[in-house]
Amino acid sequence: MAELPLVSTPAGTLLTPYIAVLRSRMRAQQSYRLSFASEVFSAFLIGLIEFAEVWVIFHTVKVLGGLDLDAALLLFGLSNTTFALAQVMVGHLDSLPTLIRLGTLDAFHLRPQPLLLQLITSDISLRRLARAAVAIAVLTLGLMRNDIDWGPAAVVLLAITLIGGILIFGGIFVCAAGLQFFLIDGAELTNSFTYGGSFAAMQPASVFPPPLKILFGFAIPVSFTAYLPTICLLGLPGPPLLPSWLAWWTPVATIWVWLLALCLWRIGTRHYQGGGG
Amino acid sequence: MAASDLSDTIIDIENLTREFTLYRRNGKKWRRTRDTLTAVDGMTFRIERGAAVGYIGANGAGKSTTIKMLTGILVPTSGSVRTCGLEPVRQRRRLASRIGVVFGQRSQLWWDLPLRESFSILAAIHRLDPDITRKRTYELVEQLEMAETLDTPVRQLSLGQRMRAEVAAALLHSPELVILDEPTIGLDVLSKQRLREFLRAERVDRGTTLLLTTHDMGDIERLCDRVLVVDHGSLVYDGSLPGLGATVGARRVLVVDLAEPTPDLLDLPCDAELLTSEGDGMRQRLAFDAEKTTAARLLAAVSDRAQVRDLSIEEPEIEDIVRRIYESAR
Amino acid sequence: MRGGAEGVEWLAVAMRARRTARVYQQLAVAGFRRQSQYKLAMFAGLFTNCVFGLVRAAVMVAAVRAAGDFGGYDEGSIGAYVWLSQALLGAMQFMGPPLELVDRVKNGDIAVDFLRPVDVQLSYLATDLGRAACTLIPRGIPSVVFGYLTFGLAMPHSPWPYLLGAISVLLAVALSFLSLFAVGLIGFWVVETRGIRVLYQICGTFLAGLFVPVHMFPEWLRTLAHATPFPSILQAPIDILSGRVLDSEAIGVVATQVVWVVLIGIAGRILLAAGRRRLEVQGG
Repeated sequence: MAELPLVSTPAGTLLTPYIAVLRSRMRAQQSYRLSFASEVFSAFLIGLIEFAEVWVIFHTVKVLGGLDLDAALLLFGLSNTTFALAQVMVGHLDSLPTLIRLGTLDAFHLRPQPLLLQLITSDISLRRLARAAVAIAVLTLGLMRNDIDWGPAAVVLLAITLIGGILIFGGIFVCAAGLQFFLIDGAELTNSFTYGGSFAAMQPASVFPPPLKILFGFAIPVSFTAYLPTICLLGLPGPPLLPSWLAWWTPVATIWVWLLALCLWRIGTRHYQGGGG
Repeated sequence: MAASDLSDTIIDIENLTREFTLYRRNGKKWRRTRDTLTAVDGMTFRIERGAAVGYIGANGAGKSTTIKMLTGILVPTSGSVRTCGLEPVRQRRRLASRIGVVFGQRSQLWWDLPLRESFSILAAIHRLDPDITRKRTYELVEQLEMAETLDTPVRQLSLGQRMRAEVAAALLHSPELVILDEPTIGLDVLSKQRLREFLRAERVDRGTTLLLTTHDMGDIERLCDRVLVVDHGSLVYDGSLPGLGATVGARRVLVVDLAEPTPDLLDLPCDAELLTSEGDGMRQRLAFDAEKTTAARLLAAVSDRAQVRDLSIEEPEIEDIVRRIYESAR
Repeated sequence: MRGGAEGVEWLAVAMRARRTARVYQQLAVAGFRRQSQYKLAMFAGLFTNCVFGLVRAAVMVAAVRAAGDFGGYDEGSIGAYVWLSQALLGAMQFMGPPLELVDRVKNGDIAVDFLRPVDVQLSYLATDLGRAACTLIPRGIPSVVFGYLTFGLAMPHSPWPYLLGAISVLLAVALSFLSLFAVGLIGFWVVETRGIRVLYQICGTFLAGLFVPVHMFPEWLRTLAHATPFPSILQAPIDILSGRVLDSEAIGVVATQVVWVVLIGIAGRILLAAGRRRLEVQGG
C-alpha cells in the first residue's frame, strides 16, 4: 500500500528561503579570492573615477547651478551611495534576459515563493560595496565641510534620503526588469533611465530646462536622492519646479516608483506566461 | 491539507488549448505577417494518483508546452487544467510544494556550489524540517548512489551524475507528482537503468505519480503502464503500451549476420518481411509484427535456411510509431 | 626571360592582394548587415544617447555660462562637443569589447578562427568597421540633428573639417576596436575578464573625454590622458569635426591617431600570438 507523502509544518520563517540563497551567493563570491579581490579593486577605482568627473568640472567652474565644490561633495556622495547600495542588492536584475534564456525563470516558477522576491534575492553584488565605500567617504567629507545646521531635522532628512534613495534606485531597476519581458535587447532602452537616472542624479538639477526637471524630478524622481536633500540641508531655496522643502516628500517618490515597478513587473510576468515561453 | 486536496485525480486536463502568435517576415522589410501556431489543441486526459504515464511525441508536438501549463509557467488559451486539485497559474506557489519537475536540458541546481549545498538551499526553500530533510537526503543519496559527488560543484559533474542530482533535487520535498522532461537523454545505459529503478521504487514506496516525456522506448517499457501519444498538439493515443504496438502495427526488426552469402530470405512465416539485404546476402534485415510472431520463432525459421552467425534486434522508433498513429488516425 | 618571370610574380602578388582585399570588404559588409538587423536596439541606443546628451548639454552649457574661461569653449562649441560625443558613442562601442570575441576566447572556439586563412585581428577589424558604419546612420547622425534642434550647436561651414573628420572617425573606430581586441585577449590568461572590461570602460570613457573635454583636465591629468590611446578615440575626431582644431594642428591630431593605431595594433598581434601559443600548449 502506497504511503501518503509526509506532511509537516513548515520549518524556519518566511525569510528562511531568501536568506539561504543570499548566504550561498555571498559565500560563492568570496570563495574566488583573487577574482573577488580584483573586482573589488576595480569597483573602488570606478568609484574614484566617477568622482573625478565631478571634481574636474567644479575645479574649473567654481559655482555651478548654485552649488560649489563642497556642495558637490554632498551631491555626489548622496547620489552615488544610494545608487551603489541599490546596485549591491538588485544590480543583477539586468541579467533577467539571460535567466529567461537559460530557463532559470522557469525554475523559479517551481518554487513556492513570489517570482520577484526570488529574483531580487537570487544574487548580491558584494564587490559593489567598494564603490559605495568611495561614495560614503565623499559623503562624509561633504557633511563635515558644509555648514549644516545639525539638528534632529537634518538627521531625519538624511535618514529619509538614504533609505528612500536606495529604494528609489532599486525600484527603477525593477521597472527596467519588468520591461525586459517585452523588449528584445531591452537593456539598451532601460539604460536610459537606470544609468541615465543615476547620471542625472549627480548633477545640480537647477541647470536642467523645465522638461528635464519634470523628467528627472517627478517622472523618474532621482532628484529626490541627492539634489533636493542637498539644497535642503544647505538651506538653499532651490529653482522654481524643485523647491527645497520637496526633499521631505522622498517617501512619496519612493512609493510612486515602486507602484510603477510592481505594475510593470506584473504586466511583464503576465506577458511571459501568456504570450511568451 | 484539506480533505478535498487528497483527491485521487492528480492531473485533470480538459480541452486544453494553447496558441502562440508568431510574427514572420514575408520577404518585405517592414511588413510582418501574423501567424497562429497551435501548440496544444483541445487535449483531454486525466491521471490518477500513483500512475506512471509516458508522454511521447515528435519534437515540437506540444509536450513541453503541456508541461508548462501543468506547472503554472504558461497560461492556457482555453480549456481547463488542474494539477493536484489546484489551478497551476493562480495557485502556483501552493502547487510548487506538491510537485517536482526535472527538465532534462535545464538545471535547477546551483552551478558553482557543491551538490550538498544545493540540497540544503532547496530544503530551506521548501521550508523542510531539518530532521526530515536529513533522512530524506540520506535516502536519496543512497538510492541514487551520489555519495561521492556530494562535495563536487555541480558544473563538474558528468551528465549522468547531474541527472541523478536533478532527480534527487526534484524529489527532496517528497512531492505527490513528479514530471520528468526527457530525463534520460544523453545518458549511458547503466545510468538510465539506475534512474529507472529509482523512479520505480519511488512510485511503489510513496505512491508518487509519474509523468514522463521521453524519446526512449526503453523508458516507457520499463516505467510506464500508460502511454499518451501527442502529435501536432492533439492526443492521438491514450492507452497501454502493448495496445500501442498493436494499434500501430509497428514492427521490430531482426538483423541477422549469416555465415556465408545467402540469397534473399523471402517467403518467411508469420508475415515477416525482408527489408534489406547487404554484403551479398551476409546481412539481412527482417521486419516482423510483435503481435504475430516472436523474434525467437523468426530466428528459428531463418536458422532452418541458413547458418546465423550473429543477430540484433531493432525496436520501433518513437517517431515511426507516432507517424503511423497519425496516419491511421486520419 | 627573367623579366617575364618577374612580371608573372608581380601579377600573382597583385591578384592575391586583390582577393584578400575583397575578403575584408565582404567581412565589412557582413558586419554592416548583421548590425542592421538590430534596428530596435539601435533606436533604443539613440534614445539613450539623447537622454544622456540632454543632461550633459544642460550641465555643460550652464558651466560655460558660469565660468569665465571654460577651456575656450562657448555655448555653441560645447554643444558640438556634447552631441558629437554622444553621436560617436555607438560606433566606438566603449560599452564592452565584442562579447562574441570574449566568449570565443573563454570557451576555446577561437581555435577555429586560427584555422581560417584570414588574419584573425584584421578580419575582426573589418567586421567591426562594417558594424560601426551601420551605427552612424541610425544613431550617429540623428543624435547630432537632435542636439541641433534642442540645445543648438555650432558646426563648421567649410568642407575640410568634415573630410578630415571622416578619416579621423575611421581611425578612431579602428583604434577603439583594436584596444578592445587587446583587452578581450586577456581572457587567454584570466578566467573572468568582466572586472577588467568594466574598468576599461570607465577609465577609457573618462580619459577619452566623454564626460569632460580632455582640454579641461588639470595639467597632470591631461598628461596622463595623452599617454593613453583614449583621447585619440573620442576627443580627436570630435575636435576635428567641430572645427576646434584646424589645418596643421588637425593633421597633427590625425597623425597621433595613426601612431596609436599602429602601436595598439602591434600590441594586439603580440597578445594574439602569445594567446595562440598558450592555446596550443594547453589544448583548448
